[in-house]
Amino acid sequence: MISGNCVEILRAFDIEPAFPEVNALQLAIRKQSLPLILKAEEMGYSSDNCAYVKADAGFTFGEGAPGVGKIPKPSLIVCNFVGCNVYIKWFEHCAEFLNVPLTMLDVPFVRGDRPTDGDVRYVVAQLKKLISDCEKLTGKKFDIDRLREICRLSAKAEDGWQRCKDLCKNTPAPMDAYFDAINLMGPINVLRGTQDAVDFFDVAVKEYEGLVKDKKGPIPQEKFRMVVEGPPPYPFYRQFRDLFASWGAVAVQSTYSTVGGIWEFGFRHDPKNPLESIAQQMLMENLCNRSLLDRYKQIRRYVEDWKADALVIHSVKSCRLFSAGQGDMRDYFANELGVPTLLVESDLEDPRYYAQAMMKNRIDAFFESLEHRRLMRRA
Amino acid sequence: METSPAVEQARAVLAAGLAPALKRSDAPAFGCFPVYSPFELYRAAGLLPVGLMGAGGTVDIVHADARFQSFVCSIAKSSLELGLQKRLAGMEGEVFHSICDFARNLASVFRRNFPTMHIEYIHLPQNAPGPEIEDYLVSEFRRVMAGLEQRLGRRVEDAAVGAAIREYNRPRRLMRELYAMRAKEPERISSSELFPLVRCGTLLPPDEHARILEAAKGEFAARKARRMDRVKVVVEGAFCELPPQGLIETLEGAGCYLVDDDFCAGWRWFSTDVPEGPDPVRQLARAWLERGRATSTRYNPDKPRHKDLVRRVREHGAQAVLFMPAKFCEPALFDYVVYRRELEKENIPHLLVEFEEKMWTFERTRGEVETFVESLLFDVRMGIGMGGTGWGTHSGTWTSGDTGWRNTELQCTRPRARRCRTGTTGSPRRRRAAPRPPTS
Ligand code: SF4
Ligand code: SF4
Repeated sequence: MISGNCVEILRAFDIEPAFPEVNALQLAIRKQSLPLILKAEEMGYSSDNCAYVKADAGFTFGEGAPGVGKIPKPSLIVCNFVGCNVYIKWFEHCAEFLNVPLTMLDVPFVRGDRPTDGDVRYVVAQLKKLISDCEKLTGKKFDIDRLREICRLSAKAEDGWQRCKDLCKNTPAPMDAYFDAINLMGPINVLRGTQDAVDFFDVAVKEYEGLVKDKKGPIPQEKFRMVVEGPPPYPFYRQFRDLFASWGAVAVQSTYSTVGGIWEFGFRHDPKNPLESIAQQMLMENLCNRSLLDRYKQIRRYVEDWKADALVIHSVKSCRLFSAGQGDMRDYFANELGVPTLLVESDLEDPRYYAQAMMKNRIDAFFESLEHRRLMRRA
Repeated sequence: METSPAVEQARAVLAAGLAPALKRSDAPAFGCFPVYSPFELYRAAGLLPVGLMGAGGTVDIVHADARFQSFVCSIAKSSLELGLQKRLAGMEGEVFHSICDFARNLASVFRRNFPTMHIEYIHLPQNAPGPEIEDYLVSEFRRVMAGLEQRLGRRVEDAAVGAAIREYNRPRRLMRELYAMRAKEPERISSSELFPLVRCGTLLPPDEHARILEAAKGEFAARKARRMDRVKVVVEGAFCELPPQGLIETLEGAGCYLVDDDFCAGWRWFSTDVPEGPDPVRQLARAWLERGRATSTRYNPDKPRHKDLVRRVREHGAQAVLFMPAKFCEPALFDYVVYRRELEKENIPHLLVEFEEKMWTFERTRGEVETFVESLLFDVRMGIGMGGTGWGTHSGTWTSGDTGWRNTELQCTRPRARRCRTGTTGSPRRRRAAPRPPTS
């Protein structure tokens, strides 16, 4: 299944979820993605297809990867896509190649200010079908109280997430809300609905509160506060991070960290209405199922409430959900709102698209000009 | 082959582009991005649905490159460019659908850049037909109607939707008849003719389109035609962005009879008429679910696309599949993996021909397709049958764009398994795909 939504239902049946996109990012960060991508391209995937899919296809339909092993054959494939159309293909391929039944959850993209009643009814009906598929698979009867309890645990972890993100309104921010928030995405997306996730965020909140008190951040001196849009280049995660750190630039908010749910504006899973709140979260309370213009609003709020100096857009070729139209986003922020905006390009999975020297030049030039502007203002 | 006045008329409509539709006084134009759109709803609102299907090679991309990166398909960029160059002035609105991530984000970019247009986005469901999905789709169509009512300040009546269904059933039925005629006697109606005949319907009211199709049907039926030594192929993958006319002529010139294709798939969506019973909005929704095409932008486990492709190949007696995705078209490129696997299982030869709407040289494609065709014809002569797997891929074009992507387009272009059999890279005998005596 896809991390970030409706995992609560599978947990209520003690089903152990596995997340193909988490495989993909793990492989990239371990620098193991390229041979798998090439293997997938031999199978017929195009060089223009999303490399997350290709790395996972090379891994899952092939022999796994050295030192990582192989993913055991799943009993059920749940395509709980929101927003991204590529997932439909990806999970269809998984079902076809692995010969495993597929449950498709079709979540209508948000077209207006909020989902329609028809959308909510449609999603709830599909969640009920998922529940019956899980009952058949596990031979267990669905227990609504169990689901309520899981939703309660989810909500507690979501509280912790919001608190961590809120603490970044402080100067200096206690964590980098892009690079470190990506680490927090593990527990919030993969462990949500468990006590482990709750405990994790209790510890994290305590640590960050301490840092705020001591006026400490992830780097010695916070000089620039930025909002980052788009996924990171996982194969060059460290190098990419260092390019910003060397300028004293800290992310105070990021959109990518909200792909599995936007918790910082207050939405929570509701133990009283578990199914409806799960449907609501899939439909509305995550970045992917909202329009590009809603994303502009989200970023604008980030820039204003988190007092950012700049917007950095990392445009990745693989992920069109994110990248298609980011030129328009740059135009909106830079020209209409006057927010200094940098757009750089590479990929989140395919190392062939990352050019360190070019990346460094672009980032250096951008922060140099920000610094210059700041000096001029002071003068 | 004699020229057809109806085809000439269709070509003239296409040559004039969107401009005449934007100037019509009877019904304001409403742009529909591919693939399928419920045209009847806009028609019932007194509008003229027209296809916003890119610009072919007719515009230079000046502004759209700053909005969309180099790895975005041509149709998305050129459609936006038309707007940014103010060539869509007069368009009442524009509708996009849940076909891919580009189209979805394009809807947002349109909304921001053209605030006076009525921008609609329809989520067409991705699942097997059933009561819940049908209710959802009805609610979605009703939402669209309510949006139009609000915009235009008038009611969109169910009865008018029913009338529009009747109107559109006519050209759709005629297109099905022409397709059937071509499949049976491809020598009687060439694809270079059928393509403009179908495509011109994206710019015309349904009755005007039907008149042209009707005339064409009469002309074709009266024609004397001679079967040539060509290979029957099914074309799949060009359901959204359209290939240039020259590419279709190239395929035919290289020795193919196209017996089925998915050009303008959304305008020929249904396998039968849409039923004209009571509750027309529900009829339309149900028809979409149950009588729609198996195409890459729709997930329907009841009608797997790769199985449907094989069925069409068999039904039409085709010898091969030309898989023709638009450059950067994610849904098509992903499906290629599954199609290829299935075709190889079924021993159906196939060739990948990537295209872009704005491509204008076809030499390389011609060479590839000729080689492919000749080898198939050779097999037929030698009685080898339809065996053979794994023709290599061919990429028609590559544009690296200007935002710094490196060209990693390195698809192999050589026939693989086939080479082993013949001991050459391709056909043992090169021939021109010129008229030849009929094969028996
Ligand atoms: S396109 Fe983006 S969201 Fe979709 S599967 Fe690829 S990386 Fe994930
Ligand atoms: S050509 Fe393909 S990728 Fe482009 S808009 Fe159409 S469906 Fe989407």
